[in-house]
Amino acid sequence: MTCPDSLSRRRFIAGSGALAAALGSGALFPAWARNGTHGMTATNMPEVLSGEDIALTIGNSRFSTAGRTGHAITVNGTLPAPLIRLREGQNVRLAVTNTLDEQSSIHWHGLLLPFDMDGVPGVSFPGIDAGETFVYDFPLIQSGTYWYHSHSGMQEAMGLYGPIVVDPADGARDYDREHVLVLSDFSTMHPHEQLRRLKVMGGYFNQQRQTIAGLLAGEGQDLAERLEWAQMRMDPTDISDVTGDTYTYLVNGHSSMENWTGIFRPGERVKLRIINASSMTNFNFRLPDLPMTVVAADGLAVKPVETDELQIAIAETYDVVVTPREEAHGIIAEAIDRSGQVRGTLATRVGLAAPIPEIRKRPLLTMRDMGMDMSGMDMGDTLDLSQPDSGAMDHSSMSMRDPSVAPEVKMGPGVASLSPMPVDRLGDIPTGLEDVGHRVLTYAQLRSAEPNPDPRVPSREVDLHLTANMERYMWSINGEDFSNSPPPIPFRLNERVRVNLINDTMMPHPIHLHGHFFELVSGEPGDRVLKHTVNVLPGGKASFDLTADAVGDWAFHCHMLLHMHSGMMRVVTVRDEGGDG
Amino acid sequence: MRLIATLASASLAAIAAPATAQDHSTMDHGEMDHSQMDHGEMDHSTMDHGEMDHSTMDHGALDLSAMDRTNPADETVESVDHGAMDHSMHHGMEMPTVPDQPGDAPAPLPPTDHAADAIFGADVMAASRDHLYSDMEFTRLFIGFDLLEYRVADGPDGYVVEGSAWYGGDIDRAVLTWSGEGEFGEAPETAELQAYWRHALNPWFNLQLGARHDIRPDPERTYALIGIEGLAPYWIEADAQAFVSDKGDVHLRGKAMHDMRITQRLVFEPEVEVDVALQDVPELGIGAGLDSFELSGRLRYEIERNFAPYVGVSWERKVGGSADFAREEGENPSRVTLLAGLRFWF
Repeated sequence: MTCPDSLSRRRFIAGSGALAAALGSGALFPAWARNGTHGMTATNMPEVLSGEDIALTIGNSRFSTAGRTGHAITVNGTLPAPLIRLREGQNVRLAVTNTLDEQSSIHWHGLLLPFDMDGVPGVSFPGIDAGETFVYDFPLIQSGTYWYHSHSGMQEAMGLYGPIVVDPADGARDYDREHVLVLSDFSTMHPHEQLRRLKVMGGYFNQQRQTIAGLLAGEGQDLAERLEWAQMRMDPTDISDVTGDTYTYLVNGHSSMENWTGIFRPGERVKLRIINASSMTNFNFRLPDLPMTVVAADGLAVKPVETDELQIAIAETYDVVVTPREEAHGIIAEAIDRSGQVRGTLATRVGLAAPIPEIRKRPLLTMRDMGMDMSGMDMGDTLDLSQPDSGAMDHSSMSMRDPSVAPEVKMGPGVASLSPMPVDRLGDIPTGLEDVGHRVLTYAQLRSAEPNPDPRVPSREVDLHLTANMERYMWSINGEDFSNSPPPIPFRLNERVRVNLINDTMMPHPIHLHGHFFELVSGEPGDRVLKHTVNVLPGGKASFDLTADAVGDWAFHCHMLLHMHSGMMRVVTVRDEGGDG
Repeated sequence: MRLIATLASASLAAIAAPATAQDHSTMDHGEMDHSQMDHGEMDHSTMDHGEMDHSTMDHGALDLSAMDRTNPADETVESVDHGAMDHSMHHGMEMPTVPDQPGDAPAPLPPTDHAADAIFGADVMAASRDHLYSDMEFTRLFIGFDLLEYRVADGPDGYVVEGSAWYGGDIDRAVLTWSGEGEFGEAPETAELQAYWRHALNPWFNLQLGARHDIRPDPERTYALIGIEGLAPYWIEADAQAFVSDKGDVHLRGKAMHDMRITQRLVFEPEVEVDVALQDVPELGIGAGLDSFELSGRLRYEIERNFAPYVGVSWERKVGGSADFAREEGENPSRVTLLAGLRFWF
């Protein structure tokens, strides 16, 4: 698909620039992210960065959206950062200049590259000091949808993120038009201040708690259940830490009000490259009444799966193909705690909009999210506290903090609970989508399009517990906070290892391993889905098989930025035992 | 039909248990104390049979009624019938038919060097790591007023102030608290400062060690302080302190409060405080035994979580010897006040 004549396009871009100016936006949108974009298949789209030499400048900006203006950290002055479009097989040199007065960095999320090009200060390189330029230089050995972001402090939460698209070497394409959708969250409250407030009050941003008014109205849990949860000091509404109370949710830097619109022509197969670049928001993503076919996860091709909705965790990417039927289709990304959503539009021309669906009801966590396997049973139906000995499950006999279930965890104030019976949740419908009445993607449905490269059964396995005290707002892995510099998690070069992630908290954790893809252990081996990030559902377990084929030190962490920053991070090291390491 | 499929997959799970993707080997059954799990009282229908090690289960007690919520082999969405969709919370697990159980090779020892040192220099990377770790360490300042209120009672109107500040992290904090109470136009009845080290003992409770100094009443007193504060079950905030003065007298104080959320922003907070003295302290008007208590309730409206005006009522009662001292002074040992104030922190 080529774009209409360049004159009208130029006029259009000028127009949307004026709109941005009218909205008081300091940071401009790159063309691919602008409202009314015709997508990226138009050749030589301005502000799409391609070629072997690319220059990026990190700087301070102001960003305005939905009537609020705040400090942002941007690349080349735009939020999101420019689209970097490369081709598999090429080399690229990315010269990143830091004009901030603090250190910065860029991590190429999902790209397989030498560890010293991975961009994590203190792990893979020293960082980019104020006023300095660092040149990243690596070959592209894969294709797909990826992204980049700062790995310094919490700059990512302030806007330093952008998309990367790597076209396959053979130029193959199974769609007529494509749009990149960068989903994100923006707050005018500095992320360090968000963190401090959460440390003072764990539920600071939760405006959807259970109330007495709700109890009287018969909403949510009944009194017996509420008392049971209160006894455990657990809040079933604690689904997201930072919420729509402070966030404006964005599609390509546009709030619902600004209605980002991507253009299509009737009959086209449109590929949407969806990237969740949020700092703290998992999204439920759907185009109401328009089925989508998932064709890639975290950049790599999967066997096509048709679905109606998917939950995209922070740091994940999905490519979906849709064939729009109407003149306008809403693109809806709803925060999983339902504290807000953002709407964009796919339309045949600018100015059209589909109806915005109402935000659905906030879900409640269940015992399954606490690592007590209740087979999804609704406790309210069965638990009768008035007759504790009458065959109802006796929770007091099941400790929520029995160290024997997790011998590798260092117990302390930062570990409030250990899941007593964590179950594999890769086949679960993600939190809050259990009863939406249409198809929802599960990890178990994703099968790799290519056979898994390494058929070996893992030679060993390692358990890693995702631990927390949600009330004190402390986050860790195996009870060890990263700021205490715990030893790295070691792997031998080319060793194949099963890693069992056990979530001992009531929040989902999108766990990201740098420099590798891993296979989610679900279903038959051979075509298991390859991912760089896996969202481990509350109280559950997710296992992946890793072939540790990239020598070096790599970051491994929860991609909830405040969780990572609070300590839910480790270094994974891959060493050649026979040689120089 | 689904039940049969589930049963089939459950028995498959039982047969293939050692080699499943669910990987029971990671649950050390040897170390797991089943005696703590009361199987007799446990309703097995509530358990995910696909995950269980069935050898330990009493199959006779299996209640299959709840099993139809699992949805095995729902692999391709195309096969799902919209109308008949199973909205189950999770899907049954498919068991691999080929060997998939990891071995038990030993893990390598973690190296003590760092890969990036060889490229960027050990000194440069050491400094970078220090920066990374310290950047992720939480050390911040907090200042807040729990109470800043105007009180209306029988006599002249009065005021109460209670606040605190801390500096530190998750485990250790230096804390300063201040509290005072009085009537307008008079010297304050009480003015108390506490300074202590707060140390997290476990997930819920903290130790306090420090000192308390009372500027008022007259004569001034200084106390050593030890306390426990924290969050008790049922979301009850509790604070228990013991004080030993420079004169050797010993006092105990306990407080408990609870936030009852009426709506997202309207919160009722009942609070109880009890003061106990282990001896008479006549110069302070304190009698041995239960000295005084205060019951109060405040209804606050959280304009922001950290900015909330409130109204309420308080009943303070001096008891025993302290009540006698109060009566000798011509005071009423019982006092009910209406109050309005502001709670805020930053």
